[in-house]
Amino acid sequence: MSENTRTILICSGKGGVGKTTLTANLGIALANSGATTAVLDADFGLRNLDLLLGLENRIIYTAQDVLDKNCRLEQALVRHKKEPNLALLPAGDPRMLDWMKPEDMKKISELLSEKFDFVLVDCPAGVEDGFKNALAACQEAIVVTNPELSAVRDADRVIGILNTSDIEPIQLVINRVRPNMMASQEMLSIEDVQEILSLPLLGIVLEDEQVIISTNRGEPLTLTDGRSPAKKCYLNVSQRLSGKDVAIIDPKNESNSLKDKFMRLMQTKVF
Amino acid sequence: MTLRDLINKLLGRETASANTARERLQLVLAHDRVDMSSLTTDLLDKMRKEILDVVAKYVEIDFEEVAVSLETEDRMTALVANLPIKRTISGEIQFKKDVKNDKNDKDIKK
Ligand SMILES: Nc1ncnc2c1ncn2[C@@H]1O[C@H](COP(=O)(O)OP(=O)(O)O)[C@@H](O)[C@H]1O
Ligand SMILES: [Mg+2]
Repeated sequence: MSENTRTILICSGKGGVGKTTLTANLGIALANSGATTAVLDADFGLRNLDLLLGLENRIIYTAQDVLDKNCRLEQALVRHKKEPNLALLPAGDPRMLDWMKPEDMKKISELLSEKFDFVLVDCPAGVEDGFKNALAACQEAIVVTNPELSAVRDADRVIGILNTSDIEPIQLVINRVRPNMMASQEMLSIEDVQEILSLPLLGIVLEDEQVIISTNRGEPLTLTDGRSPAKKCYLNVSQRLSGKDVAIIDPKNESNSLKDKFMRLMQTKVF
Repeated sequence: MTLRDLINKLLGRETASANTARERLQLVLAHDRVDMSSLTTDLLDKMRKEILDVVAKYVEIDFEEVAVSLETEDRMTALVANLPIKRTISGEIQFKKDVKNDKNDKDIKK
């Protein structure tokens, strides 16, 4: 097992906050920067990492087949054609829901760490078995949340569990940030969420309709040429994750209409 | 308080929803974090009564002003009890009298 491999759990508690989208975009971005990267779909009951990466038609085997010795690891890995440093491994098949045990996930991640610099584990929602299995495979964690009550509350549950494990560091990504709503104080601020959850902030991702368009195409934003608010954020998170000393994107600088400037003025503390 | 809050207050308008969200979250998390499966509101009430019973053995408490609550900061939840003391059981009004003058004395007797 390679000492240098970073195996990172991408989790949230609540579903639909953007774990899978982050996993896909980070996977591509890290691979593009030259790091060999595997994305492991641990949410195999409802798998869709393959869809986001445009790899849904190329899956033949799963990690289960590797452990059962039906195939070699190389055969189960689905390499991305446009980004050869990236490979997808589905943990299991949607039909075999309760096959996995924490030891199995651990074995899979050990196999992967022989070949890759980064292993990103896309975690199922909830704090039950699926989450705990995925947890067993990882050394680090990224908690994804939205600036909304229910997402933050569920993130807090997950952090409570992570804090009782050996996982370290645990970092925070706040997704679906709307700078104008934050400016008018109709959305929890970055500082609010970070203070409440008391985690170091890895980065933020802006709300961006390009995310949906890129999902339709099966091409993560970080794979495409254009510019978009969310793409910029994913690249920023990827750089910070690889240890580059770049500043977190500040939503205050991401909207510059006159109205937003006025709204920011209104945020001035008077006492 | 921000400029916006101030203006809203002056105009009698509702405060921005982010403030409400933050306050509600802090409250709900304080309870979540002490694992509600083991510390229910019933148990909290029972604990409060027992704490008061013990303290009341030694000092006379102002029951009207008693506040026992859970507070959370930096992921640490603390049981915070505020139990104003009227006098010691021996009848002497010791605590405040020593520090201040007789004006306080009257307050305490009331
Ligand atoms: N930054 C964003 N801007 C706009 N839509 C987003 C953003 N992040 C995620 N979404 C959308 O939210 C939905 C849930 O995202 P997904 O990554 O599948 O969440 P999870 O894996 O946590 O369940 C998807 O439809 C996705 O397109
Ligand atoms: Mg998902």
